[in-house]
Amino acid sequence: MAELLGFPPQVLFGQLLIGLINGSFYALLSLGLAIIFGLLNIINFAHGAQYMLGAFVAWFGLKFFGVNYWVALILAPLVVAAIGIAIEKTLLRRLYKEDHLYGLLLTFGLALIIEGSFVHFFGVSGQPYSVPAALQGGNNLGFMFLPTYRAWIIVASLVVCFGTWYMIERTKLGAYLRAGTENPKLLQAFGINVPLLITLTYGYGVALAAFAGVLAAPIYSVSPVMGSNILIVVFAVVVIGGMGSIMGAVVTGLLMGLIEGLTKVFYPEASTTVIFLVMIVVLLVRPAGLFGKEA
Amino acid sequence: MSQNHKKHDVEQLRISDLHAFYGESHILHGIDMKVNRGELVTLLGRNGSGRSTTLKSIMNMVGKRTGSIMVNGSETVGMQAHQIPHLGIGFCPEERGIFASLNVEENLMLPPTVRSGGMSLEEIYDMFPNLYERRMSQGTRLSGGEQQMLAMARILRTGANLLLLDEITEGLAPVIVQKLGEVLLKLKDKGLTIVLVEQNFRFAAPLADRHYLMEHGTIVEEIASHELESKMDVLNTYLGV
Repeated sequence: MAELLGFPPQVLFGQLLIGLINGSFYALLSLGLAIIFGLLNIINFAHGAQYMLGAFVAWFGLKFFGVNYWVALILAPLVVAAIGIAIEKTLLRRLYKEDHLYGLLLTFGLALIIEGSFVHFFGVSGQPYSVPAALQGGNNLGFMFLPTYRAWIIVASLVVCFGTWYMIERTKLGAYLRAGTENPKLLQAFGINVPLLITLTYGYGVALAAFAGVLAAPIYSVSPVMGSNILIVVFAVVVIGGMGSIMGAVVTGLLMGLIEGLTKVFYPEASTTVIFLVMIVVLLVRPAGLFGKEA
Repeated sequence: MSQNHKKHDVEQLRISDLHAFYGESHILHGIDMKVNRGELVTLLGRNGSGRSTTLKSIMNMVGKRTGSIMVNGSETVGMQAHQIPHLGIGFCPEERGIFASLNVEENLMLPPTVRSGGMSLEEIYDMFPNLYERRMSQGTRLSGGEQQMLAMARILRTGANLLLLDEITEGLAPVIVQKLGEVLLKLKDKGLTIVLVEQNFRFAAPLADRHYLMEHGTIVEEIASHELESKMDVLNTYLGV
């Protein structure tokens, strides 16, 4: 087969596909972080743990209750969101008036506790979760083989990201969220229940993480450390996209996945660091991030 | 006249012994005032005399408040901030509070309806034609005057019958100030109750029924509009007009 830029097309497109899939996870996770940071002013370090919890709820459901993948895709985000809402109502709520750092420390501590307990009970090796029957197999596109489940991840992630964007930018509820992000006190003085809005927003951001976790369960093993592995990259994505920017989070997530994939083809040694190099360059050139508003 | 007089007898807002605090600082030291339905009352005073804080205290936007604030007969000191507007209050903050991430129409539609009988979107665009022309623009792209119109229009839509307006003429061109004066007179004709914090005494004097003069977080003088002439020296002392 003809080579493309000196590489067999199978290799190039294969890595681009992997990049796009990683990018889909980056997009879902950084979107949740961006929404939470926007309204709550909290850097949610528990996001990785909540992603992991989503995968584990799906795994538990299947193993002990026979809950299939499709039900888990809805149920796990709801369960994890409920846990998130309990955290918001009992702990985070006390920190809104304090510096960002306190929220970061609290959620970081929570992440350590959650991950530590799961490592204690399940070890770090990971549990298998099989691809649902309807999404097994794949198609040969001629230039590459496309496994159905991987295509599904990209589609599902894009639909959820776009749906979230639409909800925030085009609906009344989204207008409350945007207004609350700018000036919560005034929004409340118009008669909007801002504390409730905050709780629901945190729940939604957490649900996004859990949804990503369920999506990830069949392709990455369900492991207690799966969240902390991805979270550092996701934070870099949020910084590159611009803190609190919705569109920025999604586009940057996908873009960074692709850049990572391409780097794996052209210079594999740098593939794990390339996103941080991009972050450094972006911070030097545009400190507010690619999509962030200059302060 | 007798009907008008009757309308003025209904107490819409009564504040008794109000103290307000931001953190450790004690800003208001025992405010007593009342506003009857259909009245336009101003809070006059120098910067820092506690006028804006009085409005923010009514909305529960200060750190802590004690005393009593009755709105339409309901005690609001124990209420959460988002419950208070639903008693029929519309608040227009000093910094106007137009949201940059919302377009003009989204800004306009943002506050929920708190009473029936608010102005419809058509009536609002009729009163402020500029807002209609620019309804798809980002809220903060409007001129200062247009933003002020938007901040006013926003609370007229909700049906609020007690308007708390903070420095609405600040920094605006005379022609806009004049337009705002006309709007206030129209609202007064409709029977709305208005509490106006105003620096521009010449703007406020012909519109108001009564004035409260504030200094150091207390009310030092209450002046009815017909007493203005005789109390000019008091005003001069406190305002330096």
